Amino acid sequence: MDTDSFVSFDHVSPEDSHEVHVLAVDDSLVDRKVIERLLKISACKVTAVDSGIRALQFLGLDEQRRTSESDGFVPDLKVDLIITDYCMPEMTGYELLKKIKESTMFREIPVVIMSSENILPRIDRCLEEGAEDFIVKPVKLSDVKRLKGYMTPKEVIKMRSQEDRRSDGYVNGGDGGVLEINNKRKLEEQDTSDVSLSPPSTSTLSSSPSVSSPSPSSSPTSSASVLASPIRRLKMTSTD
Amino acid sequence: MLGFGADLLWADMNRLLAFLFHQGVLDEQFLQLQQLQDEASPNFVSEVVNIYFHESEKLLTNLRGLLMEREYKKMGIHLNQFMGSSSSIGAKRVTNVCVAFRAATDQSNRAGCLRALEMLEHEYCYLKNKLHELFQIEQQRALVAGVRYPV
Repeated sequence: MDTDSFVSFDHVSPEDSHEVHVLAVDDSLVDRKVIERLLKISACKVTAVDSGIRALQFLGLDEQRRTSESDGFVPDLKVDLIITDYCMPEMTGYELLKKIKESTMFREIPVVIMSSENILPRIDRCLEEGAEDFIVKPVKLSDVKRLKGYMTPKEVIKMRSQEDRRSDGYVNGGDGGVLEINNKRKLEEQDTSDVSLSPPSTSTLSSSPSVSSPSPSSSPTSSASVLASPIRRLKMTSTD
Repeated sequence: MLGFGADLLWADMNRLLAFLFHQGVLDEQFLQLQQLQDEASPNFVSEVVNIYFHESEKLLTNLRGLLMEREYKKMGIHLNQFMGSSSSIGAKRVTNVCVAFRAATDQSNRAGCLRALEMLEHEYCYLKNKLHELFQIEQQRALVAGVRYPV
C-alpha cells in the first residue's frame, strides 16, 4: 500500500501507518480488559478509557482543550475506530457518538456501539446518528474480525472515498464518510422490509449524519454505487 | 512419569470444564476468553476473572445495602453492571439470575428481590469455588509440565 499519496494526517510514522488504532470506551473494567485483548490479538493498537468524557479528552474535544478544532493541528493519536459501550454513567455511548459526529475533525471516524441489550429502537437510534455498527455483548473475536473490515487506516479510507465519489453522486457525509457498512443485526431486521436495497439504505443512513429517518426506498444511484464498490459487495454476501 | 501426571491434570481440567458447561455455569464466552490467552498474555483468563471477582463482591455488598434501603432503581443499575461483566466472562447462570433479579427490581418486588439476592449469592459462590478449582488444576499442571521440561 502506497501511503505517500494519501497521507491525510501530518504525523504518520512508517511503522504505525498500517496498524489500526482503536479507542475503546467502557466503564466496566472487566469489559475493558476483554475488548483490549480482543483488539490486541487482532493486531490493533488500543487505547482504553473508562468514560465518554475521558474519550473526548483523549481526542481533544473536551471543553478545556479546544485546540484541534480551531488551528487544524492534528495530534499524533490518529484514531481509526471508536468502540464504545452504550450504558455508561454521566455520558452514554449514544451521547458520545453524537459529540463525535458533530465534530468536523472526528466525524469520519467510524463509531461502533456495544450493548448487553438487543433493543431495536436503541440500535436504530444509534445507526441513525451515524454509528457504523452495533454489537450485542459479550463481544467475541468474530465481532472484532468483522470490525476490522472497516477499521482500515485513514489512508485507505481516503483512497476509497475518492473512488466512490468518481463512480456516483450520492450523498456522503462530507469529505470522506464513505465506509463499509456491515450492520449484521440491522440487516437481519431490514431484510423483511427491503428487498435489494437494505445495505444501501443503511449505508446512506450512516454516512450522512443529517439524515434523520430511514427511508427504505433509497435512490437507485446509491445502490448502483454501493454495488460498484467491491468491498461492499463482499460484505453484503458475507453477512450470515 | 511426570508427563503422565500433567496429562491427568489436563484431563481433570477438561472434565471440570465440561461439567461446568453441562451445568450451564459457564458458556462459550469462557472459551472465548481462553482463546485470548497465549504466550503474550499467559494469565489472561485468571487476571480477568480475578478482576471480575473483586468487582462482583463490591456489587453484592452494595446490592445488600440497597435492598435494605429499598433503592430499586439503584439496584437495577448495579445489576446491569453485574449482568454485563458476568456475561463477558461467560458466567451464564449468574447472568441469568441477574436478569431475574433486575425484573424483580423493575417491579419493586421486595420478596422477589430477597429471593433473587439469595440465589445470586449462591450462584456466585459456586462459580467462584469452581473457577478457583479450575485455576488450581491449571497451576499444578503448569508446575508438573515445568518439571518435565527443565529450562
